[in-house]
Amino acid sequence: MSDLFAARSQMALSLGFHIIFAEIGIALPLMMVLAEWQWRRTGEDVYYQLARRWAKGAAILFAVGAVSGTVLSFELGLLWPRFMALSGPIIGIPFSLEGFAFFTEAIFLGVYLYGWDRISPRAHMTAGVIVAISAAASAVFVVSVNAWMNTPAGITSVAGQITDIDPIAGMLNPSTLQQSLHMVLAAYAATGLAVAGIHAFVLLQKRDSTLHRYATVLALSVGVPAAILQPISGDISARSVAQWQPIKLAALEGQFETARGAPLRIGGWPDEEARRTRFAIEIPKGLSLLAFHSPNAEVAGLESVARELWPPVLPVHLGFQIMVGLGTLMALTSLWVAFTVVRKRSVFENRRLLAVLAIIAPFGFIATEAGWTVTEVGRQPWVVQGLIRTADAVTPMPGLIVPMLLFALLYLMLGAIVVVLIARMVGETT
Amino acid sequence: MSFFASIGMPEVVAGIALIALNAYALLGGADFGGGVWDLLASGPRREQQRALIAESIAPIWEANHVWLIVVVVMMFTGFPHAFETLSIVLHVPLTIMLVGIVARGSTFMFRSYGSRTVNVRDRWGAAFAIASVVTPFVLGMVIGAISSGAVARASAVTAATAAPASFLDVYVRPWAAPFPIAVGGFALSIFAYLAAVYATVAAKDDALRDDFRVRALWTALMVFVFAALALLTAYVEAPRVAAGVTGSPWAILLHICTATAAIVAIVALWRRRFGAARVAAAAQASLILWGWALSQYPYLVPETLTIRDAAAPAVTLRLLLIGLAGGAVVLLPSLRYMQRTFVARS
Repeated sequence: MSDLFAARSQMALSLGFHIIFAEIGIALPLMMVLAEWQWRRTGEDVYYQLARRWAKGAAILFAVGAVSGTVLSFELGLLWPRFMALSGPIIGIPFSLEGFAFFTEAIFLGVYLYGWDRISPRAHMTAGVIVAISAAASAVFVVSVNAWMNTPAGITSVAGQITDIDPIAGMLNPSTLQQSLHMVLAAYAATGLAVAGIHAFVLLQKRDSTLHRYATVLALSVGVPAAILQPISGDISARSVAQWQPIKLAALEGQFETARGAPLRIGGWPDEEARRTRFAIEIPKGLSLLAFHSPNAEVAGLESVARELWPPVLPVHLGFQIMVGLGTLMALTSLWVAFTVVRKRSVFENRRLLAVLAIIAPFGFIATEAGWTVTEVGRQPWVVQGLIRTADAVTPMPGLIVPMLLFALLYLMLGAIVVVLIARMVGETT
Repeated sequence: MSFFASIGMPEVVAGIALIALNAYALLGGADFGGGVWDLLASGPRREQQRALIAESIAPIWEANHVWLIVVVVMMFTGFPHAFETLSIVLHVPLTIMLVGIVARGSTFMFRSYGSRTVNVRDRWGAAFAIASVVTPFVLGMVIGAISSGAVARASAVTAATAAPASFLDVYVRPWAAPFPIAVGGFALSIFAYLAAVYATVAAKDDALRDDFRVRALWTALMVFVFAALALLTAYVEAPRVAAGVTGSPWAILLHICTATAAIVAIVALWRRRFGAARVAAAAQASLILWGWALSQYPYLVPETLTIRDAAAPAVTLRLLLIGLAGGAVVLLPSLRYMQRTFVARS
């Protein structure tokens, strides 16, 4: 394994690990505050139990998210020192703001978790709301950095030398809005439906448990709207990619030739050697229509640039299919839930719906991982699109396979422990 | 005076980064020190000692930990070239530190929330305690390696493409040397010292308070021993530090202040004036940190990168300062609120 590949693996692993905890850290505090609010409003003890349980879960998951986020802030330099030397002065500004948002989140999570009997109900609820808001704000700041890597702005270079930078313009680059929206919605959809799915699964065995019923309703109220909105946000993102990163779009669609009226491919297996995508269901003119809202629009293919500027097509295409496929299933299930509620039927009487909710519980997190694969692998060979290549950014230190394996082992252990702890917490409930 | 004439935006940003590092040492450092006392808990009140440490850390350690992230982000935003150099040469110790940070934070959480059986809790406790010892030690080694000039020398080797560099020379020897090890021991002992002194204030009964008083007094001795070791090794490995610590006009004044703080802390501990001891011990630790920083001024990475050389463009520094000011407006009242909620009323 080359050092570059080891470094990329370690970064992918660290981000892939952290992103799950970050997503839960955004959505779970919102749910715990909703539960507490219901408790204060109705006085029903079950809501109190629920708020305490979710807060406990949030505490464990936040701790793992916080330490894995710390690892990432160091890894940017440990693995990609040349990238940071170039980008630090630009992306450091949103990272600083993220630092403050994270700080606020940590402070008020501590206040929330340990302040049940120390502060007034109003102050306690407010602390929870601050946690939920600052977590979402953190996500926006961090994603703005990733957006900058995709569509760098605020940087002027002459003959490879940077002559001028504008960090504010960098932060407000063309992808920030789309990507942040997509990420925050993903966090609510993935976590909301995952939590609802877990409680729905318990309900399949213990039909009348009030706690699990209330939990399912609250989790759905967070997950369902987000999952229904996510395909719209996805469409906005894809059109942005079509405009600013045409080669990434070509890779995620498996489009090798530049073509007018390009088809939309569902599934399929791109073959870089043969330069075609096999076994896909093709919807004529679908891609041109979706990407540019015009059936005969020209879509740039991979072949429009040199082969060395292609990202690895297969993982990007598959990642995209997985993300869109799972996202669609989540949106459809959410519509089903919404439809059931609108018709004033009980979600709990519909065992088939409960079963589907239990099945799709992990889909949001899988879709998130697939989506990150699309945006990160799809940008290769660049670490910052058009400015610096990943291969030129990597540390000169040899033997990078060692830290990669070390973190792989560490995260594997941590992940396993967290799963066991959460499973036990769910199991303890009645 | 030339010192004040040399202060510009880069120096101000570096100064704020140092304040953040100072906060991390006093707050996050003491949390690591608490882990040391978890490991060394002994005597009839062994479990009470552990419980006191856990109770005082639990609500605040994550917020305290964020100071480290503030330092890192300020480094790569304000001084990207220094961050680049440090990240390359100190890859190995920084990675060890990260593993320690992950292990400490997660095992502490698992222990608090994970299991009700004492057996399993003990296992998490052991991992928590070991990580709490290793991490500050390595942090001290990193600082020692930077200030000895070894990082800068190793970095020069990586930059020169001609001679193939030996892995040990570039990536290990700069920090695995007597001076950085002495600084590592010093960092560990001063964090343990702070934690013990804080615990004397937090303890609710006299017996427990006395346990930590005795521990604090012994650790004060350890701090002194490691400081002496660091100074001795500095004459060989880090002459700049030794000269800065012993020779410069600033040094004398600073030494008098540091020594006064140290003596006040010990006397206060001896006479059971624990509140005063806490203030004096915190002042002592801070003064040592500032003394180190002044000894290597104007260098960020002695002796190749000055603060000014390593600094980001002015536009970034200006935005960073604005951001820090805005952040402080949110942060300081929040921290005060947290402190009032958990410290004042407990």
